[in-house]
Amino acid sequence: MSNHESTYVPKTAVERWLDTRLPIVRFGMDYANLPTPRNLNYWWTFGGILAICLMTQIITGIVLAMHYTPHIDMAFASVERIMRDVPGGWLIRYVHANGASMFFIAVYLHMLRGLYYGSYKAPREMIWIVGCVIFFLMIATAFLGYVLPWGQMSFWGAEVITNLIGAIPVVGEPILVWLRGGPAIDNATLNRFFSLHYLLPFVILGCVVLHLWALHAAGQNNPVGILIPKDREKKDTLPFHPYFTVKDGFAIILFFIMFAVFVFYNPNALGHADNYIPANPLVTPAHIVPEWYMLPFYAILRAVPDKFGGVVAMFAAIGVLFVLPWLDTSKVRSMRYRPTMKTFFIIFLFVCFGLGWCGAQLPDAPVVPGMPSFNLIDGQLNSYLWLTRFLTIYYFVFFIVLMPLVGLKEKPLLIPATISEPVLPTTEAEKV
Amino acid sequence: MNNEKKMSFRKIIACAVAAAGIVAVASPALAAGGAKHPRDGGFSFNGPFGTFDQGQLQRGYKVYREVCSSCHGMDHVHFRNLGDKHGPFWNPAYPNPNDNPVVKALAKEIQVADIDSETGESLMRDATTADKFPNPYPNATAAAAGNGGAAPPDLSVMAKARHDGANYIYSLLSGYVAPPKGLKIAPGQNYNPYMSGDLTPFWEGKGPAPKGGFIAMPPQLTNGQVTYDDGTEATVDQMAKDVAAFIMWTSEPKMVERKQAGFGVLIFLLMFAGITYASYRKIWKGVAH
Repeated sequence: MSNHESTYVPKTAVERWLDTRLPIVRFGMDYANLPTPRNLNYWWTFGGILAICLMTQIITGIVLAMHYTPHIDMAFASVERIMRDVPGGWLIRYVHANGASMFFIAVYLHMLRGLYYGSYKAPREMIWIVGCVIFFLMIATAFLGYVLPWGQMSFWGAEVITNLIGAIPVVGEPILVWLRGGPAIDNATLNRFFSLHYLLPFVILGCVVLHLWALHAAGQNNPVGILIPKDREKKDTLPFHPYFTVKDGFAIILFFIMFAVFVFYNPNALGHADNYIPANPLVTPAHIVPEWYMLPFYAILRAVPDKFGGVVAMFAAIGVLFVLPWLDTSKVRSMRYRPTMKTFFIIFLFVCFGLGWCGAQLPDAPVVPGMPSFNLIDGQLNSYLWLTRFLTIYYFVFFIVLMPLVGLKEKPLLIPATISEPVLPTTEAEKV
Repeated sequence: MNNEKKMSFRKIIACAVAAAGIVAVASPALAAGGAKHPRDGGFSFNGPFGTFDQGQLQRGYKVYREVCSSCHGMDHVHFRNLGDKHGPFWNPAYPNPNDNPVVKALAKEIQVADIDSETGESLMRDATTADKFPNPYPNATAAAAGNGGAAPPDLSVMAKARHDGANYIYSLLSGYVAPPKGLKIAPGQNYNPYMSGDLTPFWEGKGPAPKGGFIAMPPQLTNGQVTYDDGTEATVDQMAKDVAAFIMWTSEPKMVERKQAGFGVLIFLLMFAGITYASYRKIWKGVAH
């Protein structure tokens, strides 16, 4: 927990020498002994899983960069060469490509955990905000990386997304040209995207250090959501090692099993077939769709009839997360004790999945084929366009209206006084 | 509390399954609309333990070489690849495919463009195992000009560049049918029910427009067109299946290696998970949480 005393005692002369000059062993030991709430459940394992995801992406990415050629005439072929001629290249590339999806599965679950258990509330606002920065950087990195194989979806995805910048009034056009390195997506674009795709993971790594630092300072949240009083620290916490290293370790291995099933048995299931067609600026694909993890935001983008309005809504969907700690007025952290909010949260979950589903559909397509419908303003009511709009409205209402309002109006359930209370049988709880 | 722990564990599994499920149902939704669903080619490489049928790959190579290669290139495939492990002419006696006499002979049958190393003059020479499959056209413009404006696509990764690739290629090649009455077909176009597209603007018949689309390539396969070395009867269906399998191999030459590695990796991970779970139980024994 927060501000815990260092218990490390250097045993050897070398350690003592080092400890006064560079207390790196102390730093590591303090993390290993970090008093951790004993009631953390498996939703708390995604932090460790994400650290592994980041390392996997960085290591496979560095190896891929050794074989990849960032040139529009050679990028596609160089990726194929990795798949065919580089020893183990197919494995490294499939791990990297599927690793991006795994990273997003984990980060979404990690964020939903934070949302449900109120991990963003005081005194943990900075952990949450740095986390939001990491999430935003992840989206940018994933987008840049998807352009590199220079397939049809790479090219047209880059076209659609960079065009959004052009929608900004007045300054949009010059910024667009500056970003692309020319009037159109070309070799200059691919080169800078490669450079930035290599850079951003290390920026993410830096932010992860800040994220952990903030976590160390404010202490971990827990499923009950109460702060652990100083005098109960001994009873309510366990040292991180070995209790949580083994628990996280088990979760990481389970996660790897899912990861391996994709990499070895269905490595292209999460990608789009069109990206195995070399980029062709003269042929537009029938449907331009982003990777699955961007679909909810892509849906929000398309929900707004005005292009610039759509861009604003899409960025606002991420931006609203940054101010979440001040939107939520409830003093209770964990939604376990907030039944009303819990219901809205479950609806929010369905809305997020729904937005992802809508993002992959054609806006004009009917949601229920054959159902009679009528024209509402600019589209049939029975269309993905309108379904997306309703879901988008709920997405924002959840954060901007429900978060402040429910916190003020609801009557939360009785919160346990200590985290041991719901964990230990009553008599035992009194004893400890 | 043990129950609760189990519950949350179950929830994680449920979530992972749900995430995978969402992705699984979303993927077909991404596929192009109006085409007929491909027929199942019943390929040997389906499933987690499926491997390539070497005889089929050899037949498929013959179809590609004698039929497809007159218009379609395979820029990412080298002759040496034919002798790679799990490839059509793999022979364990030749771990280095460049030594494989069958592969050498197959390369020698083909002429490739080169320059004279002394004079720099253009010349044609026999291919070697180190050469790529030559492209039938000198450049994309020539390919388009020779085919009514649409360059025949490269086939190296075609089985991955289409949804349900191998079945799609098999269905498309063997699926040409007479166009339904009422369908206006532009010159140089052919109707194929497995081709993606939207035929509504060209439909003057009754009811909704038929499934399928227009393809510039006319039907290529006729019964008995290729003489198989292994005596298999060269029906259109057989040739379509064989060449689809061959293209699956060129698209994913490391597929067998991948599945075999995956089997080992999963066995390892499952055992590792078991051991880690046992240590978890031991460490947390008697610790309330």
